[in-house]
Amino acid sequence: MKILVAISNVPDTTTKIQFTDGDTKFNTAGVTFVINPYDEWYALVRALELKEANLAEKVTLIHVGLAESEATIRKGFALGADDAVRIDAESPDAFFVAEQISNYAKTNGYDLILVGKETINYNGSSVGAMIAGVLDLPFISLATKLDISGNKATVENEVDGGTQVLECELPLVVSCAKGMAEQRIPNMRGIMAARSKPLQVIPASGGTSLTSIKSYSLNAGRTTCKMISEDNLDELVHLLHSEAKVI
Amino acid sequence: MSVLVYTEINKGRVKKSSLETINYASKIAELTGSTVTAFVNNADAAQLEEIGKAGASKILSVKNDSLNSDNMLISAALEEAVKAENSKVIVFAFDIVGKAVAPRLSAKLKAGLVAGAVAHPVLNGNAIEVKKNVFSGKATALYSINSDIKVISLLPNSFPVKLGDNKATVSEFAPDLSGVKPRITVKETKTNQSGGMIPLPEAEMVVSAGRGMKGPENWAMVEELAKELGATTACSRPVADMHWRPHHEHVGQTGVAIRPNLYIAIGISGAIQHLAGVNGSKTIVVINNDKEAPFFKSADYGVVGDAFTIVPKLTEAVKKFKANQN
Ligand SMILES: Cc1cc2nc3c(=O)[nH]c(=O)nc-3n(C[C@H](O)[C@H](O)[C@H](O)COP(=O)(O)OP(=O)(O)OC[C@H]3O[C@@H](n4cnc5c(N)ncnc54)[C@H](O)[C@@H]3O)c2cc1C
Ligand SMILES: Nc1ncnc2c1ncn2[C@@H]1O[C@H](COP(=O)(O)O)[C@@H](O)[C@H]1O
Repeated sequence: MKILVAISNVPDTTTKIQFTDGDTKFNTAGVTFVINPYDEWYALVRALELKEANLAEKVTLIHVGLAESEATIRKGFALGADDAVRIDAESPDAFFVAEQISNYAKTNGYDLILVGKETINYNGSSVGAMIAGVLDLPFISLATKLDISGNKATVENEVDGGTQVLECELPLVVSCAKGMAEQRIPNMRGIMAARSKPLQVIPASGGTSLTSIKSYSLNAGRTTCKMISEDNLDELVHLLHSEAKVI
Repeated sequence: MSVLVYTEINKGRVKKSSLETINYASKIAELTGSTVTAFVNNADAAQLEEIGKAGASKILSVKNDSLNSDNMLISAALEEAVKAENSKVIVFAFDIVGKAVAPRLSAKLKAGLVAGAVAHPVLNGNAIEVKKNVFSGKATALYSINSDIKVISLLPNSFPVKLGDNKATVSEFAPDLSGVKPRITVKETKTNQSGGMIPLPEAEMVVSAGRGMKGPENWAMVEELAKELGATTACSRPVADMHWRPHHEHVGQTGVAIRPNLYIAIGISGAIQHLAGVNGSKTIVVINNDKEAPFFKSADYGVVGDAFTIVPKLTEAVKKFKANQN
C-alpha cells in the first residue's frame, strides 16, 4: 500500500500577521514557515506509524508551492517520509491545489491520500474533499483514528454531538484531526537522512482557479478590558446583561 | 434560477446553522433577483414549516436514509438538485457535513467555493465577493468567486436567526442515485458524554477552563457555572492532552474554533494558539490570578484572583440575577 500525504507550508502559529502591496499580499518578511500542524502531527505521523507497522510500503509527501517551501518538505523527510513531489506553482486557491494533487495521484496510483483537517492560514477545510471529488473517491473528514487491514480502512471521525466508526475499501481520502497520532520530534538520524531523500519537482499540469483573494484586513483586537473586582461579581453579571447584552 | 441551500435535521429540529444559512441565502436571492430552494432529507411537517419561515420559497423534500451521512451520496443528490433548479449559488453551513460536502460538490461542478463566509456577499459583475476569516481568525480576506456556479459555506453563529411568516411550497424530490455506489459503511455511532449540552460550534455561551484548574477533580465548579448560564463547557489544549477533559472540548487553533456570544476563560493564559479558536467570540470574560496573563489583552471583562473562590461566587451572582429576572 502506498500513502500520499499532502502537506501545506504555513506561517508558524506565533507569527504576527501583516499585509503588504496595499493589503493584497501576506507579508512573508521575517516569517518562519512550518508544515501545517494538522498535516504534520496527524496525517504524516499516522502514515509513518502505518509504515512502521508494515501496513504501508511507502509514504510520499506532496506539496503544491514554490521552491521556498523546500525546507518544510525536508522537515517531513526528517520525520521519516520516503520521498516527495513538489508541484512547482503558486497555489491560488483550494481547487487548483486539489486538481494538481489529484492529477499526480491518478497517474501514480495511491491507495490512501491523507490531508490535514485544515490549513492554519486559509482555514478552508476544502482540499481533501475536493481531491475526492475530482478523483471520484470516498472521503472521510475530521478523522481521529485510522487503521488499515488488508484493503480496508477503519476510521473514526467526528459527527455532530459524537463520533462514528466507519469502514471503507481503499482507495480513500481522509482528513486528519487531533487524536489520530501524537506529534513527533525528528531525531538526528532522521535529520541527516533528510538531505539525501528524493525530492522531485514537477510543473503544474493544467490548472484552474475558481476564486481569488482581492484584499486582506486585520481583525481588530479588543482595545480595553474592563477590570472588575472579585468582590463585585454582581457588577460583572450586570454588565454582561446591560452592556454586552449577552445574558 | 434559484439559490439552493443544503439544510439538515438534527435531534428532531432544523439545525440552527441551517436556519442561519436559509436566512443568508435569502439575502443572496434578494441580491440576484431569485428565490431560495431548500434541500432537506427526512423532515416532518413542523420542520418543513420552520424552513419556510426562515425564508425558503420552495423545499425539495427528500426521503432517503442513505443520505444521512455519506458525503458522496449527498453531493450526488445535490448535483441533481442544482440541475433541476438551475441553481447558480449553493449555500451550506460551514459545519461537519458542510465541510465534507461543499468542497466535493464544488469540485464536481467546477464551482468556486468560499468556505466559512462571515459576511453577506456583494455582486461585482458576474463575480460574487464575500469575506471569510483567514490566519485562524487573525485576519479577514475578501474573496471573489469567479466561476459561473458559486458555492458558499457560512460560518455558524455569524448572524442571528430570523423567522418570519413565509410559507414554502414543498415538492417531493427523489434523486436517482443508482449510479453512485455507497462505499462507506457506518459500524458504530457514539454520542459524546456531555451530549445534553448544545454542541460547541453552535453554543451561544461557553465556559472554558485551563491548566489553572489544577486537576480534573476541580471541574465541578466550572460545570455548575456553565449549567447556571445554560452554557457549553470547553477547555484548553493541555487540559485535553492530560485527559482531564474529553478531546471534543478542546478549543483553539488545533481544536474546535468557536464564536459564541459569551466566552468565559478560567485559568487559561491566553496563548496565541488558544486565542485563534476563540477570538471571534462576541464578549470575552477572563478570570486569572496573574494580572499579567496575556489573555486580559484580548478580553472585554477581566477578574484578577483565584478561580477557586471567584467561580463559585460568579455562579451565585448569576443565580441571583436569574432569580431577579423572573
Ligand atoms: C502549534 C500549536 C498549536 C496549539 N493549539 C492549541 C489549541 O488549539 N488550544 C490551546 O488551548 N492551546 C494550544 N496550544 C498550546 C498553547 O500554546 C498553550 O500552551 C496552552 O493554550 C496553554 O494552556 P493553559 O492556558 O490552560 O495553561 P497555562 O499556559 O499553563 O496557563 C494556566 C493559566 O492559569 C492561571 N492560573 C493558575 N492558577 C490559577 C488560579 N488558581 N486561579 C486563576 N488562574 C490561575 C495562570 O496564571 C495561567 O495564566 C498550541 C500550541 C502549539 C505550539
Ligand atoms: N499547497 C498545498 N500543497 C499540498 N497540500 C495542501 C496545500 N494546501 C492545502 N493542502 C492540504 O489540504 C489540507 C486542507 O487545506 P485547506 O482546504 O486549505 O484548509 C491541508 O491540511 C493539506 O493537507
